[in-house]
Formats: sequence, structure tokens, C-alpha cells
Amino acid sequence: MDVKEVFRSLSEAAGVSGYELELAKLIEQGCPWADETRLDKLGNLIMLKKGQGPEPRPKVMLAAHMDEIGLVITKIEKEGFLRFSTIGGFDQRVLLAQEVVVHGRQKALTGVIGAKPPHIQAPGEQNKAVKMEDLFIDAGFDSAEEAAEHVRVGDLVTIKRRVSNLQSSFMAGKAFDDRAGVAAILECFKTLSKIDHQADVYGVATVQEEVGLRGAITSTYGIIPDIGIAIDVGFGDSPGLPETDTIKLSKGPGIAMGPHVHPKLHTRMVETAKEWNISYSLDPSPYPGGTDAYAIQVARAGVATILLSIPLRYMHTPVETLDYQDVQRTGRLMAMFIAGLDQEFVEGLTCF
Amino acid sequence: MLLARLTQANGAPGQENEVRDLIRAEVEAHAHVVKTDALGNLLAIKNPDAPGPKVMLAAHMDEVALMIVGIDGDGYLKFRPIGGVDPRVLVAKTVVVGSKKTPGVIGSKPIHLQRPEERENAFTVRELLIDIGAKSKEEAEKLVQLGEIAYFTTEYEEVANGKVKAKALDDRVGCALAIRLLQEEVSFPLIAAFTVQEEVGLRGAGVAAYQVEPDLALILEGTTASDVPGTDEHRQATALGQGPAITVMDRTVITNPELVQELFALAAEKGIKVQVRRSTAGGTDAGRIQLSGTGVKVATIAVPCRYIHSPASIMCKDDFEGAYQLVKHYLARLEERAGLS
Repeated sequence: MDVKEVFRSLSEAAGVSGYELELAKLIEQGCPWADETRLDKLGNLIMLKKGQGPEPRPKVMLAAHMDEIGLVITKIEKEGFLRFSTIGGFDQRVLLAQEVVVHGRQKALTGVIGAKPPHIQAPGEQNKAVKMEDLFIDAGFDSAEEAAEHVRVGDLVTIKRRVSNLQSSFMAGKAFDDRAGVAAILECFKTLSKIDHQADVYGVATVQEEVGLRGAITSTYGIIPDIGIAIDVGFGDSPGLPETDTIKLSKGPGIAMGPHVHPKLHTRMVETAKEWNISYSLDPSPYPGGTDAYAIQVARAGVATILLSIPLRYMHTPVETLDYQDVQRTGRLMAMFIAGLDQEFVEGLTCF
Repeated sequence: MLLARLTQANGAPGQENEVRDLIRAEVEAHAHVVKTDALGNLLAIKNPDAPGPKVMLAAHMDEVALMIVGIDGDGYLKFRPIGGVDPRVLVAKTVVVGSKKTPGVIGSKPIHLQRPEERENAFTVRELLIDIGAKSKEEAEKLVQLGEIAYFTTEYEEVANGKVKAKALDDRVGCALAIRLLQEEVSFPLIAAFTVQEEVGLRGAGVAAYQVEPDLALILEGTTASDVPGTDEHRQATALGQGPAITVMDRTVITNPELVQELFALAAEKGIKVQVRRSTAGGTDAGRIQLSGTGVKVATIAVPCRYIHSPASIMCKDDFEGAYQLVKHYLARLEERAGLS
């Protein structure tokens, strides 16, 4: 199984927060290395790869969210155009002239996001961003009645975008946030299938991260892990962004340090990277929250967590860009980290 | 399908090769003479030596695009539009760059790292860069040369309700119409002129008309439609589904009133839905062609397209078909008259 190809199909599939079932199916098909898989009540996909150690075995949870930001239909105009709102954070400036898929009643429909044309606009208006409320989706309908046969208020919309292969192992597309993290879990499982490890590993593709880390709350509660590793995307180096806010692409994952990272896990992760010669960046993150790591950390009586960040350019746009080698490095780093775990280390995590 | 192939071909002003080659292959079987000139216009001539009227159909091959004007120290490409492109439509799009067709993306800063007020201002073209995934200037320079062109990657697709989504409908619809119309059986000289560099100032059309010396010219275009929310009807220019639009006047031309009336009458007679282009903004090759030689009678017949000069425009197939029928009947009418004389 080529995980890169699975990743491509995940990126091109549609799964706005709360509607991730199609993704869960694709991920399950793309992971022949799990011993068991199940869906929990919120729709989190939980894939278990059992360890070979004596019971009780350490339990490690790997979490990456499969939901993507998207749009939702809020009104059908009398001329057949569709108004929308957003699910998750979009910069209004990336939406104009974007192709979208409207997930209508019977089938998916292609549309284009339009606005009134420049020649109708007042002078100076072109220097202003087109406001979200002035945008609409044109799916070709000529009247509200016609549109209503196919689309309802509340129907979901995703960006229509094929993955582009850029130079070397760079790729661009939508929803790499955080299907890149899911791919890293699959890469980890693939590596683990070839080596011995004592711990039981739960790979979780979580739901509803973009609207408040919700899937990670219930999946962690159900698994009761000893260690939680959240894999998300981090701001990759790109023009106009200060170095201090970003992680360099092609240098492996960022290993976070901060309130949501257990110090012993951080130390062990860095040691593992050095031992196996896997490149990484240190990722100081003073503001906890924003990723599944936070939800995992505060579950039940508390979980030792760490966050790995895959560097990603142009986050939350339809052209998110990464180096696939960073996904592979992240997967390999987690596998080697897991291979080095034993019950003694896990017990030490509560000793401060 | 012809229009799909035409819109998916790339041709910036002055670099129309791909489109020209495609059209040449299509028209060769239907023209007695096919030739190009010093600017790159492609002229397909039927019955060159027959008695008049000499009728010219004109459609431009070029499309708006982006020219690479710099490569920065990190391997990102700087660009400027060729032809009128609102920079706001460029954000977060995919492109293909240069002769090596290197894929790239136009990225933008993540929302998480913006101040809220930043989102109120449009990106300027100087702020936007193309990322091809090159890790250095040297790597980028091996793939892309200054002056090469970046194009949108939009695929032709039929969407709901007889609509089509594609890039460069302005003016590949005109090219597709001219190719089809050249196949009509006529006895008078019929010249399909596929012109260059319309988007940067109608440069090919005058040169083409000078050589053709037509008695009358029909300019086949894709024109702006703004039948979208927030636009009063009188400012919509054209509307989709209302048939081809006939221009009375724009910034470059006052079309021949008799010819225009004749087209409206013919449309009524044949039951073809047509509309008047309700805007005097913009310009087409008609402006240059009418001033060629001692002057040429011109009319512009255009397929309405929403979101022209952006990565994805939308048209209505019925309007395209209506434009074809109207000109086809007009050519038949000229043929009848030629037979009588």
C-alpha cells in the first residue's frame, strides 16, 4: 500500500467537520496494518495495532483530524445563486473564483464562487477584499425553484481541487490540514508492521477538530491512553512570515515544547530523532490549544501528550503545500519512538 | 470536444502557438488557403478568388495570463498579469508555468497569522508569488525562465442546467464558432481570422483585416455577463440564457446599424433568442477591423460569459448554439443574395 497515494485520495475526498464518514472509509481501506478498526459514536476512526509486550502494555494514541474546513449553504437567491457561510476559518480573500463541490440532494454539483464583476464596482473597490457576504456560488441554476430541486439550505460545500505534484516531493492541495497527519499515522503503522514494539498503538482519525477539538475528547476518553501524540500541521516557512512563527519545510516535523507537551516525551522524542538520524525542528509553542493535543491532555485524569507538526505552507487555503518527505519522517519518528517504549517509561510519566 | 480542447490549450498574448496549432489542424480540411502572418494571426480562407462579398469572421486566440518577471532568492516566482486580471481572483489558485509546464500554486498567508483588518484589503499583485516547490533560486531557474507564462489549470466541465465551466471562454468560444462556421457551404470568399494579442490592445485584428480587405466582418466574442446578485438589470451587460449578445456600441466601435438591424430581424425570423449588449464598456477586435483600409462594416456577436478574465468562467451552451445558428443563417442569407446578383 502506497501511503502517498492514499494521502492524495484523502485530500481530494470531501469531509467537512461533522461529515467525515467518507474519509473514515478511505482511511480504513488505506490501512491494512491495523489488527482492529472501529468507529466511535462521534465518528472517530480508531485503528488498533497490537504490541508484542507483556500485559499490561503501554497504550499510545496517535491522533490526527480528518475533517476539513468548508462552506454551508445559507440561502438560495431567486436567480438560483447560492449564498453560504463557512465551517472553520477561511480568509475571505481565498474564496473568490474558487471552484467548489456542492454536496446536493441527489449528487455533487460543480460550482464557481463569484461576485459582482469589476466594471460594476465603485472606483477603489478593487483595492478592498470582496466580503464574504457579497460572494455567492454559481452552480448554473437559473431560478430558486430549479436550485431547490438539487440544493437545500444546510447542504455542505467543499473546495474542488486536485492534488498538484510540485518539485521534488512537494505537493499542493486542499485539506492537507490535517490529512497529512492521518497519512503520517498510516506511515507509522506501515513501519511498525516491520518492527517489534511492546505498546498497543491506537491510530485515531479524529472528527470535528476544526470546530473545537471535539472528536479527540471522546476518542481519548474511550481509549484511555498512557501517551497521546497529536499530529497536526504547523505553519511552514513561506514568504511574508517571520521565521519565529514558522517551521522549515523538508526538515522533518516540528517537535513541540510548551504547556501541552510532557517534558519527558519531548526529551525522548528528540533523543529518538537523533538516534535514528531523522531530521526535526524544535517548535516552541507558548499558546496551548488549537490542536487535538489539548483535548487529549485534559481527558479523564490527564494524559501525557506531545504534538508533532508537519510544516505546511498556506494553511486553510485551497493550495496548502508540503513536502511529503516530512510526512514520512513524522511517521518514521513516531514508529521509532513507539518501538522504544516500555511499561517502565510509561510509569515514570506521572513522576514529577 | 472542440471547445474543451480549445479552452484547455494555453495561449497568452504573443504566445498563441498551442491554440493556433490546434485551430490549424481543425480548419485545414475546410479552407483553400491557410496562412499565418508576421504577428501570428492565422487566416483560413475559403474561395479566395470567388466574387464578393468578402466576409471575415474574427475571433481572438489569446487569453489573459501571468508573465514571470522575477525569481526570488528562495525560488518563488514573481509575476505580472498580461491583459486585464483582477489580482483578487489569483489568490490560492493552481497554475502551470512555462514551456516545461511546471505546476505551481499562488499561496497566501494563513488566516491564523493575520490581523483581522488585513482581511479587508485585497492582495496586490506584488504581494503574490508562485510556489513551484523549488528549494532555491538555482533550482527554479532550471525550470522556469523569465518571460515565460503561467496559466490557470481549470478543466472544461459541463455543470448543471446546460452551463459550461472553463477558463479562457473569452475568446475560445469565438474560435470554436469560427471553426464550425467555416464548414458552411458558401460560394463567396469566407475568411476566418484567428487573431493574436486582443487582450493587450487589439493588436492582431487590424493587421489581419488589412490583408483580408473584407466587405464586412463579424466579430465572434465571449463577453462579460454580470447577471449576478447585486447588479441592477441595466448594468448587467449581458445575461446567460438570453441568447447571443449583439453589440451596438462599446469603447472601441459603433457597429454598423444596418447590419445590426439585419441580424436582429434575422434572429426574429428564425426564432433565435438574441440580446443587446447593455454596456458600452470594453472593446473588441471590431474596433480595429472597422478602421481597416477605407473602413469595414462590422458587427459583434458574443456569447455571454460570467467571470471572464478569471480562472473559471461560466457560459450557457444554448447561447453558444444560438450564436452559431445566427451567423450560419446570416451566411446563408448572403449566399442567397450572391446567387441573385
